Amino acid sequence: MSDIVVEDQKALLTIEKLRVWFELRRFGFGVAGYVKAVDGVDFELKAGEAIAVVGESGCGKSSLMKTILGLNTPTEGKVIYDGQSLADMNGKGMQWYRSSQVGYVQQDPFGALAPFMNVQRILEEPLIVAGVSDKQERLARVRKAMNEVRLTPVDDFLKKFPHQISGGQQQRVVIARAMIQDPKIIVADEPVSMLDASVRVEILKLLRNLQLEYNLSVIYITHDLSTVRYFSERIFVMYAGKLVEKGSIEDLLYDARHPYTIALLEATSDPDYRNALDYKEVPPGEPPSLVTPPKGCRFHPRCAFAIDGLCNKTEPPEYEPTDGHLVSCWLYDPEKDYDKPVVKK
Amino acid sequence: MATTENEYVLDIRNLKLHFAVNQGKVQAVDGVDFRLRPHESVVILGESGCGKTSLAKAVLRLLPRNVSDYTGEVYFEGKDVMQLDDETYRRQVRWVGISMVPQAAMNALNPVIRIGDQVAEPALVHHGVDKDQAWKMATKMIEHVGVPTDFMLRYPFELSGGMRQRAAIAMALVTVPRLILLDEPTSALDLLTQANIMNVLKRIKKDFGTSYILITHDIATSSELADNVAVMYAGQIVEVSDAKRFFDVPLHPYSRKLMASVPRLREEVEPEFITGSPPSLLNPPTGCRFRARCEEAFDKCTEEPPTFNKDGILVKCWLYEAEGSVAQ
Repeated sequence: MSDIVVEDQKALLTIEKLRVWFELRRFGFGVAGYVKAVDGVDFELKAGEAIAVVGESGCGKSSLMKTILGLNTPTEGKVIYDGQSLADMNGKGMQWYRSSQVGYVQQDPFGALAPFMNVQRILEEPLIVAGVSDKQERLARVRKAMNEVRLTPVDDFLKKFPHQISGGQQQRVVIARAMIQDPKIIVADEPVSMLDASVRVEILKLLRNLQLEYNLSVIYITHDLSTVRYFSERIFVMYAGKLVEKGSIEDLLYDARHPYTIALLEATSDPDYRNALDYKEVPPGEPPSLVTPPKGCRFHPRCAFAIDGLCNKTEPPEYEPTDGHLVSCWLYDPEKDYDKPVVKK
Repeated sequence: MATTENEYVLDIRNLKLHFAVNQGKVQAVDGVDFRLRPHESVVILGESGCGKTSLAKAVLRLLPRNVSDYTGEVYFEGKDVMQLDDETYRRQVRWVGISMVPQAAMNALNPVIRIGDQVAEPALVHHGVDKDQAWKMATKMIEHVGVPTDFMLRYPFELSGGMRQRAAIAMALVTVPRLILLDEPTSALDLLTQANIMNVLKRIKKDFGTSYILITHDIATSSELADNVAVMYAGQIVEVSDAKRFFDVPLHPYSRKLMASVPRLREEVEPEFITGSPPSLLNPPTGCRFRARCEEAFDKCTEEPPTFNKDGILVKCWLYEAEGSVAQ
């Protein structure tokens, strides 16, 4: 793993027009419809870059992530890793990809760790599967990984079972397991949402340090906008199976354009007594069903700025109001001058 | 109910709730004091396992079987409810005066009973009204929390998480209690739903003058509903302050650490984390319980600190010995 040469502009992972639809079966046979969990997603991930995918539950974040991990088969479109499409990989190639190129940090650490295995066994398992037969080498690598995630002193933890250690320590074991094969990409699905507030920051900082140290690419999936700033370079906002806004941290946090992003920003609280004095503006309704998403822009039924005859008819294209900042919303048509939402301070 | 002049809707003094387990006593709530004025809300902040939920259960007397000690004074509207026997307590206080929205309330609904019947039930049981009247009261509350009234005929699984949470709030509200205990009311919900529920709770507080005790570990969201803040650590309240001063400058070293650990959206501050983990409630350390994790600990911290009153803020820390007077 020492021969990594990072070319600046080359994408490590490319997602092209990705669609992941799940069939709904009607009592045994026939297709009653599709759950359009991921419906046309494009992005590129460069080596050493951290991106955050932000969205509410049920917006398709997890389906997108599972497709990247090779657990779902895309209905349409491609996931290209290092120039090679996942769909073209044979069984062996897929095993190589899954076991040594991507690591997965689950949301619920306790649920992700086998309760009958101790920490050493949990961390050895991927190495055994990968065919590392030398016991001493395995143990050395386990120790190294545990040092990296600061599960120290290592000897205290090696023989412990998941229920004997705290939530934060469990999450460290999960991270160590994801890291043990020296992957190039880490997919972290809400890695801190089950943890206590005081431990969250610690785990995020740990992930960030590992990312910088090993030049990892990280896909950080979350619903919490206040943590992304400490973690990623770019943010993608996902709504009902689509990425509605993509941009850098500065673009998204200080110059958000899409009405949905703005609603999310406004709904996020900072600790401030003034919050109690006022009501929040929240778009009405709930995210749409992914079986029959609304026609046109998927956010239009909840959007205060929706243009009748346009937003409810035609899907918006991606506009680029500033360099590298993409937004799928008709309001940003450069030829028209519509009223635009603004972020309240 | 006695209607004497009450400055406080709830006045808790030296409340203790210990559980007996094989290894000894778990001191989940250990000498808690605090007061709550009418129409105000207090937020109880703390890490998981610090005894927040046990405190709520102790106030509402929803106790598990292995309780070993349950002592102290709880005055609800001036009346010492600890003196009441269980049946009187159930008839006069629970749900009539104090109700609760439990943790993960969206999963606390009975799956085989329609929403409307569940919301109407407390009115039937505690107010003794007839079915039609109870249904009417339930309809009013269901409307108030923003659930369409035709959802009353549905079963919980037919509703989204946010709607179920609202139904659970309506259920706590249907008897129009003076005080509602909210145990992590928004922790399992999405961001926008969370903001919506907070709006609902604010409106209820304004319209009905209800007092709240909000129990949470989410400091940022808690500020949405806070008039006062109480910080709990290892079974004890270490700081009681008003929201304005607390969110600006907390006093207790633990509160300061807690505030510093909150990631901010609108400010460029690097969050810090608290090293170490909270002590076991089984054999809590003597002296100040935060001592082992505190950067400012000094010799005196081996003795248990009294609660000092510094300009109206109560803080249980030796650092404020010179500046404050001992409370009570």
